[in-house]
Amino acid sequence: MESPKFVLSSSPHLHGKGSTSSIMWDVSIALTPAALWGVYLFGWRALLLLVVSIATSMGVEYLLNLKRGASTLADGSAFLTGLLIGMNFSVDTAIVVPIVAAAFAIFVVKWTFGGLGANWINPALAGRAFVFFSFTNLMNTYRLPRTLKGVDAFSSASFLTEIKGLIGEGTVMGMKSPSILASINYPYTQFAGKVSGALTKVFKIGPSPYTVDAFFGNMAGTIGEVSAFLLLIGAIYLLVKKIITWHIPVAFLGTFSLLAWTFGGLRNGLGFFQGDFVLQLLSGGMILGAFFMATDMVTSPITNKGRIIFGVGVGFFTFLLRYYGSLPESVSLAIILMNIFVPTIDRFIKVKPFGEVVKEAKR
Amino acid sequence: MEFLATFRKGGVHPKDKKELANRQPIEPFTAVSELIVPLSQHTGSPAKPLKAKGDVVVAGEKIGESTSFISANIHSPVNGTISDIKKITLANSVISDAFVITVDSENPFGKWSLQERKEYTGAELLNLVKEMGIVGAGGAAFPTHVKLSIPRGKKVNDLVINGVECEPYLTSDHRLMLERGEEILEGILYVAKIVNPQKITIGIENNKRDAIDNLRQIIEEKGHPIEIVPLKVKYPQGDEKQLLKAIIKREVPSGKLPLDVGAVVVNIGTAFAIWEAVALNKPFIERVVTLSGESIKDKKNLLVPIGTKVEDLLKLTACEETDNYIAGGPMMGFAFWDTTTPITKGTSGILALAPSKKGRVTTPCISCGRCITACPMGLQPTKLYRLIDHGQYEVAMANHLMDCKECGCCAYVCPANLPLVHAMKLGKRVGRK
Repeated sequence: MESPKFVLSSSPHLHGKGSTSSIMWDVSIALTPAALWGVYLFGWRALLLLVVSIATSMGVEYLLNLKRGASTLADGSAFLTGLLIGMNFSVDTAIVVPIVAAAFAIFVVKWTFGGLGANWINPALAGRAFVFFSFTNLMNTYRLPRTLKGVDAFSSASFLTEIKGLIGEGTVMGMKSPSILASINYPYTQFAGKVSGALTKVFKIGPSPYTVDAFFGNMAGTIGEVSAFLLLIGAIYLLVKKIITWHIPVAFLGTFSLLAWTFGGLRNGLGFFQGDFVLQLLSGGMILGAFFMATDMVTSPITNKGRIIFGVGVGFFTFLLRYYGSLPESVSLAIILMNIFVPTIDRFIKVKPFGEVVKEAKR
Repeated sequence: MEFLATFRKGGVHPKDKKELANRQPIEPFTAVSELIVPLSQHTGSPAKPLKAKGDVVVAGEKIGESTSFISANIHSPVNGTISDIKKITLANSVISDAFVITVDSENPFGKWSLQERKEYTGAELLNLVKEMGIVGAGGAAFPTHVKLSIPRGKKVNDLVINGVECEPYLTSDHRLMLERGEEILEGILYVAKIVNPQKITIGIENNKRDAIDNLRQIIEEKGHPIEIVPLKVKYPQGDEKQLLKAIIKREVPSGKLPLDVGAVVVNIGTAFAIWEAVALNKPFIERVVTLSGESIKDKKNLLVPIGTKVEDLLKLTACEETDNYIAGGPMMGFAFWDTTTPITKGTSGILALAPSKKGRVTTPCISCGRCITACPMGLQPTKLYRLIDHGQYEVAMANHLMDCKECGCCAYVCPANLPLVHAMKLGKRVGRK
């Protein structure tokens, strides 16, 4: 046998599948159906926004790589950040906004803290929050999707801001949110009407057409957040591939639902346990936030116990901001707020080592 | 369906690849002309050489004497002449003196026949185990007599026999259980005589169904007081602590030994060596080695004299070009760079894996937490890695670094490809000082 070359490495000599970049690309794949749906609903301009924000984010990453002397584009994290940022804007947002958001996310939030793995808040969310407070006017108009060919007058308000505004004015006190929508003749699709009718027939109590539309994504909103259905398919993909765990989404949505159900009715003059949390869950950035933003590995706790605490916190703050806050930015701000607690959670929540001796005195 | 026990915390499921070699019967390997027999093949202090250059040795003759309690005797595996004593580096990076033995080509091997059966007392058996240089055949090569010396006041409830063989590729214990079942069970009874357990259990992973059935049948025929527990396949179940958790449902406290929960764990290969020592009066001079891996054409299980050079084994079969050679299993084994490195008492396999993949890049930790989920010891590998990387050895020790047994689960699952085990090894070495 001729002398072979040897690779010397420390054990183990086997590795499981999956790498940092495969994780990032898998998350991007999981987001794709929802993003494409957004493009279908809102037209080519939505695609333009997505492309611009991905290109900016990768471009800024590339420029910073020049300084650093090593390329990190292939790890997919810049692409993912760009995609998430793009998905977080309404189709009518000025082009400059996602550019600023992506540049801020990559340059300030990610790289000034040391790049991938070192940022302490989610770059995409931070980028979005930054532009929201800087250019609110340029990004706060929403359009009805093409599937809702109803009243054109509704083109100026997001689903949620609309409800919020109405409640705030006190015009619809005493009504649950779907009835608010009905009272203003908010449109819904024929399909949703049929599904709603059929379900109501079978189970006596069924979802309103608005809930059905919100579930499948026929509502106003940002490009990527509208279809809970497609986002959930992506989330199942990530759960099956074990890229995310159930802890954060379940704790987050569970806490929020519980609070919204218990106290949500109070704002409308109803009693306890009257809140319509289902429509709340399906609208706005809730699903996108719970499965794709809050689960960001870098900015969420590292232990499963910690993840549950984190999820509960996000759910709590989302409830507060949605019901008692003055901004429509509840999910993203709640996640950012809890991001700040992550190092603290990780410091105090530890896994129990194998064979740790229970102190004799305690017995 | 049968309920299968396993340990709870952590663990990983690499492809077991046992099918590559598990149908190959054990063949004796005889094509040896020169052996390299190290004096330090075991955990503990090296043996002291009893022979000098030029001395003639016969198979089974003691050539190295144990120097302290935790040490082991070394015997000559063959008839021959000591042609040199030199320093070598073993596959596991231990530097040791080693006898170079030129094998007598006319009459290389000793003859071992069944001794007249006689009743030994526990103490006699223990002494025999020590005299015959028996060490744990699972990999760590811890001297067996130390394990079996039960301090006064301690009682053994469970004797657990480790037939898990959880490392992928390796099939040497599997073949032993299939082919030498009766001998192994007798060996186990000898061990039981030494430690007097309340109960004897053999843990075998469920991917060795035929071995389980074979041993069960023998036990039934002979009426041995031994129970077999099939275990769910999960790495690293072959570790003493995980095995005890799976079988007796108790956790060995951090920094303690199985004996502290009233258990003694002995490997299948060790039980066989003990049988050989007692029934044949044969020292630990041969062992079963699995020759496997994607790059090896004819996978084999071989009965190899200790000290055989790896290159002699590789000559047996066509070997595709690869750069990925490992002594031991792929999870905890050692990559070696010297094909003259010898088989030692702890070498359970020689693997030539598929050529190493290029392009696995190391990225920063993204705190995915997979290493924490995978760690069977409940440690936080990424945190320890960071601490060691920053030279904070004491803090790492306070975070249970010493509980790490380098099983490799963390590095197996790490998507960032961080050298976690490497850091743990370094940290433990520095931290111990």
